[in-house]
Amino acid sequence: MTTLRSIITAAILSTTLGTAATAREVVTIDGSSTVFPISEAFAEEFQIETRIRVTVGLSGTGGGFKKFCRGETDFTGASRPIREGELQDCSENGVEFIELPIAMDALANVVHKDNDWAQCMTVDELRRMWEPEAQGKINNWNQIRDTFPDAPLRLFGAGVDSGTYDYYTFALTGVEHYSRGDFTATEDDNVTVQGVSSDRYAFGFLGLAYLDENRSRLRAVDVKQDDGSCVGPSVETARDGSYQPLSRPLFMYVNASALDRPAVQAYADYMMDPENGIFLVDEVGYVPLPEEAFEMGRAKIKARKTGSYFDGGSEVGVRIEDLLAIE
Amino acid sequence: MALTRIPNATELVASGFVARRKLLSRVMSVLLFISAALSVFVTTAIVVILVSESWDFFAQVSIIDFLTGTMWTPVFANPQFGVLPLLLATLQTAALAMIIAVPMGLLMSIYLSEYANPKVREIMKPALELLEAVPTVVYGYFALLVMTPFLQKFIPGLAGINLLVPGIILGIMILPYVVSVSEDAMRAVPNGLREGAYALGMSKWQVALRVVVPGAFSGITAAFILGMSRAVGETMILAIAAGQNPNLTFDPREGAATITAYIVQVSLGDLPHGSLAYSTIFSTGLVLFIMTLGFNLAGFYLRKRFREAY
Repeated sequence: MTTLRSIITAAILSTTLGTAATAREVVTIDGSSTVFPISEAFAEEFQIETRIRVTVGLSGTGGGFKKFCRGETDFTGASRPIREGELQDCSENGVEFIELPIAMDALANVVHKDNDWAQCMTVDELRRMWEPEAQGKINNWNQIRDTFPDAPLRLFGAGVDSGTYDYYTFALTGVEHYSRGDFTATEDDNVTVQGVSSDRYAFGFLGLAYLDENRSRLRAVDVKQDDGSCVGPSVETARDGSYQPLSRPLFMYVNASALDRPAVQAYADYMMDPENGIFLVDEVGYVPLPEEAFEMGRAKIKARKTGSYFDGGSEVGVRIEDLLAIE
Repeated sequence: MALTRIPNATELVASGFVARRKLLSRVMSVLLFISAALSVFVTTAIVVILVSESWDFFAQVSIIDFLTGTMWTPVFANPQFGVLPLLLATLQTAALAMIIAVPMGLLMSIYLSEYANPKVREIMKPALELLEAVPTVVYGYFALLVMTPFLQKFIPGLAGINLLVPGIILGIMILPYVVSVSEDAMRAVPNGLREGAYALGMSKWQVALRVVVPGAFSGITAAFILGMSRAVGETMILAIAAGQNPNLTFDPREGAATITAYIVQVSLGDLPHGSLAYSTIFSTGLVLFIMTLGFNLAGFYLRKRFREAY
């Protein structure tokens, strides 16, 4: 089915483009909108270099897995690991996959640069700030901690359709999409930047890329770790897994049998080449994986090591090296 | 060379010319009727859709909760459907806009109609009307990135996203509409009235304030009502600069989502069609529609009540 589709698509494309009648190979990618900028950047460069056609969709992580597990796409991007139900869909349809982390992302809690009290907060405090029970009740900084000033707490965050919102709520409360509703929810992270940077009593969360662009106007709040240390969001702490629970790996899942097609194999190799990977991921604003990770990813592809590390559940505190281990 | 003769009536009827003309005129009048009826049809269709889609909403949420609830969080874990925060923010920004637009608009139209010499007016009126051409998204970012940081130096406690600044900008945005219509109304006041007043020894200012403004009152009211409706329905400025937080507040220094800002925010996401959250688009839209309808009816009444026929 997949090959038939790709042959037809390729045939149509080659006709419309007026190139030779020989069918061109097509690599199909779909999935998370968070991963989309990365896939798009890879696809663009890859098409220029190889003339293999790559189509990139953005159905969201869930929608992406639906198509992927029906065998309709070669790759699917995901801003969380595959879920139990999706694993079942895949195995029912006989779709085997290789799970490849392609980048790290960290969510930053940000405050105004003149905010001198919120230096290091615990996950518990953050949860009390954001959980649904806080709705209409937690409106003052001193309700979060006694020593915080008696001042209104104004909250900014990602809108409910974003993977950022999903992951943030999941990391704090253990349930995706579980938060209060009385905050400035926006799909445009620049609004959060503007809102927090212009209000001494604001608090917000953002992807790391936006924090790095605005370090002169915003300050990131450290998160207290289980061992008592305070860790702030940065490329390093996201990469070594020390910034928890708000750093997360982003994934690309590849259909194992599709890898037998040279075009798919070529794209996978391209993605797992650190020379492309580090540069492109950095350029679109995410945290690139360490160089060893690319080596391990290639080994994983070569060994056709299928299945998910996560056993169908999200986990926090995962290190990249664990995900890529072949054993 | 034969001269073309003007045919007489019998010949015209016989040639079918008259019948064709009659038919053409019938067709034209039907076409014109259809285009006029189209606007009525569109309005009716909007009302029908708003009401029928809100029907689903009010089947699940009681209208009392909707109108008296103080929290609005339809797409979150603990959904609440109290429209008051949105309504209050909408009214506050519109009121702020009027606080700016009424005195400024009145003074500007008095100046343009009574004081300005024709040359000045020829430059100033188009310049003012140019404001209409500014896209509202530009106003929105102007409010957020220029005006707010500036006013924060003077107004303590002004949040970065607030109701005050977009309210003021909204007032400036509706100025051209207001001035243009009310100036026309003032200029329509017959000169005889002005001359009579001068003859009685009134000063220019007295003439403007006691003769021209009362004489043009119905037109001025219409202008302000128009501006008010425009302010209530404005979306981009508020979505950008007043924020998207459904916040029940009487303090314009804080940010709060208006009805329009909520609608644009929730329509941008992918709400499943037919869900309760989806139908909130229509129930809040209905509230907005009723509000502007109310303003227009009030304007209609005021116009009739104070109409001066010359």
